[in-house]
Amino acid sequence: MEPLTWTGGLGTVLNPLLLIAVIAFVVSVVVQFLATTFAGADRIRYGEDGVAVAEAGFTGLSNNALKYSFYALVAVVLGYIVVGMFLGHRGAGIIGALSAQMAPVWIALILTFAASMVYKRRLGLYGKLFDSPVGMIGLGLVLFWVFTAIFTGLFDMIATHEPLEQYSGMKNKVPGTPLRGAEEGDYAWYLLGGDNLARDVFTRVIKGAPIVIAIAPLATIFAFMVGITLGLPAGYYGGRFDTLLSFAANLILAFPVILLFYLLVTPEIRATGIPAYMAAVLFAFPLIFIGVLLNSRYHTQPSVRTPLLIIVLAVGFWLYASMVSEWERGTVVDLLPAWMDLFDIPGGVLVVFVAVVFVNSPTVFRIVRGLALDIKTRDYVAAAQTRGEGAWYIMLWEILPNARGPLIVDFCLRIGYVTILLGTLGFFGLGLPPESPDWGSTINDGRKLLSIYLHPALPPALSLLSLVLGLNLLADGLREESLKD
Amino acid sequence: MGLFILRRVGVMILTALCLTFVVFFLTNLYPNLEKLAKTQGNFRMTDAEVASFLEPRGYLEPLPIKYAQWLGVLPGHVSEPDENGEVLGRCILPGMDAEEAPRFCGVLQGKWGLSTVFKEEVGGIVGKRLGLTAKLMLCVMLVMIPGALIIGVLAGMREGSRLDRTLSTFSITTTATPEYVSGVLFIAIFASSAVGLKWFKGSATSAMDDITFVNFTLPVMTIALYGIGYIARMTRASMAEVMTAQYIRTARLKGVSFGNIVMKHALRNALIAPFTVIMLQFPWLLNGVVIVETLFNYKGFGWLLVQAASNNDIDLLLAVSVVSVIVVLTTQLISDIGYVYLNPRIRIA
Repeated sequence: MEPLTWTGGLGTVLNPLLLIAVIAFVVSVVVQFLATTFAGADRIRYGEDGVAVAEAGFTGLSNNALKYSFYALVAVVLGYIVVGMFLGHRGAGIIGALSAQMAPVWIALILTFAASMVYKRRLGLYGKLFDSPVGMIGLGLVLFWVFTAIFTGLFDMIATHEPLEQYSGMKNKVPGTPLRGAEEGDYAWYLLGGDNLARDVFTRVIKGAPIVIAIAPLATIFAFMVGITLGLPAGYYGGRFDTLLSFAANLILAFPVILLFYLLVTPEIRATGIPAYMAAVLFAFPLIFIGVLLNSRYHTQPSVRTPLLIIVLAVGFWLYASMVSEWERGTVVDLLPAWMDLFDIPGGVLVVFVAVVFVNSPTVFRIVRGLALDIKTRDYVAAAQTRGEGAWYIMLWEILPNARGPLIVDFCLRIGYVTILLGTLGFFGLGLPPESPDWGSTINDGRKLLSIYLHPALPPALSLLSLVLGLNLLADGLREESLKD
Repeated sequence: MGLFILRRVGVMILTALCLTFVVFFLTNLYPNLEKLAKTQGNFRMTDAEVASFLEPRGYLEPLPIKYAQWLGVLPGHVSEPDENGEVLGRCILPGMDAEEAPRFCGVLQGKWGLSTVFKEEVGGIVGKRLGLTAKLMLCVMLVMIPGALIIGVLAGMREGSRLDRTLSTFSITTTATPEYVSGVLFIAIFASSAVGLKWFKGSATSAMDDITFVNFTLPVMTIALYGIGYIARMTRASMAEVMTAQYIRTARLKGVSFGNIVMKHALRNALIAPFTVIMLQFPWLLNGVVIVETLFNYKGFGWLLVQAASNNDIDLLLAVSVVSVIVVLTTQLISDIGYVYLNPRIRIA
């Protein structure tokens, strides 16, 4: 079996084109920069009907050059992906093979974008995102990883091997190395090479995506529930309660995050059960939040309120109890018998989850408190107070919806931040098991041999970068579009 | 103003007390003490041996008493003499006679205790490591602050221009690149012996004695890059806001050149907000320092934190947390006071 080259046969056609496109783009960027810095203002000529016409001149030319060379560059890159997807490893080398493995993701991306473009006027804020290129790029990057996570996590597609599978002779092999002694049904190459334990780098990067995509948004939601449930009353009532909570929030924020992780996420601390109690407290907030939310809305209609609350709280409590209680049965929090337990979260994941929620909720608390302080002085709050609405109704149904803009933007940014935190935990080898394929741990594994072998560390680093970048761009696009209202 | 500072210092001390108590509580949990005993003694100790190791050293006293001893409010723990007549005590340093030892030896007396990992006095270790990190931070500040302000001002002076778009994309990208990613990328590009440019070194160990351009550039750039994006975005926002103000329009209408408007009229007002942001960046930089010092093997304060935390070195860990809390809270205080001086529209009662 031949080792794969990066671009294979397709490269003989596309590589020269890529080179030309890159050179053209670089030259036009330089020219554009010089033109905007040194060229004079555009000449303006008046036509016969008195309409002013600006001549394109040199600036216009350089603008056009930049535009078309950029399009050419994008077209060539798309060419690698699209043609590669059809040719696969036979004609298009490693890139083609990667693109072919990723085919379900590309299809899902195209379908989502096409559907959203068609119906964008009916989709509210999400639809408006498709008016801003920055937002679209961000959404594209985020959706790329979300679809990758869904297809690998739920359907076991895309990945070529198993994340813990080792093949002899594949240790630290460069990308495109054929699998030694591959049997029928095995994928015949290590597309992005092997790591120092002879595992497939590509598979581990892909398998790392579901871990991040599952934990980061969920942890952010929990942090928001805690922050909102405490921040709204703190801002609305003020007084002692506010002073106390703000002090506590500042206390947590004054901790260096890494010190806190080292203190909370060690096996010794897990043995004492402190994270379990913290989980029991932190996970109760969504339950309280939803209960109060529904009660404040429907308490005037007991016939609706009572059954609704009973059903929602019963289901919520069941989920809460099965989330909290599975961990080291009998020693710490144990609310449910085993047969009622719905799902098991591995202990390490739960500790990481608790630590991340704990670190993020004070910041959310401060944001929500600030927003509540601002919004409670508005006329519609005064109107609700005059109508005799309850305090929680005002907080949850008058103040909170009007604070949604900044909160949505912060939510996107915070998912990115949580992703970074998860990577930090992995980087220091805290919490998740050392063989776990999450990106932080893989970067930590790969960095030790970084000066000799680049390929084990770079793919997870770039994946993490692209996901966080996508979330930040998405937040930027959302902010821009929500400000236009 | 004096009252304000006094109150803030009071809150600061209260915060530091609460924080150290939390750290004290977490490090003194029994499984942690057991780990400490096993790393100090041997790993096959039985439970009884662990207890007999911990007991004479005063680890098994009630938590508030131990904490007060650490603070120096209560006299330090002294054990009963063992069969050889030796007395172990918190205040009795190795090689010191039990009679000569002072009764109180806590933070208030300037005694930070003894590190169980390094077998040295904590005060000395922390001081030495802080010095190394201070050098790193100084270089980071020298790169980060001018870089971020220039990028922010250039982007914010013509909002929506192509220069603005380019620089904003750059700053968003840097905020999306945590230190452990940018560090890995930098090493791959600039230091790798396989394909890299080999301009710089991928390890900063030699920089501890002798800082050179070759061994210090990568760590400094790695920390600075993450901060640059954030400060630049804040500067850009504040610059863009100032540029829409009435007095800038007046200046333009009376024919002041664009360069003069930016330099003389806009810049001073636009730099008030970034000042606060730069000050509040210090706690974040502390995080970056821990990651970068681990990645580049530079044995400074961040490296010390990792060593103390992973070995449950109680006294060292407490000293490290006290230092970092003081850094965080002092920068907050400076940022508040500085804000008042820079912006005369705000008065603190």
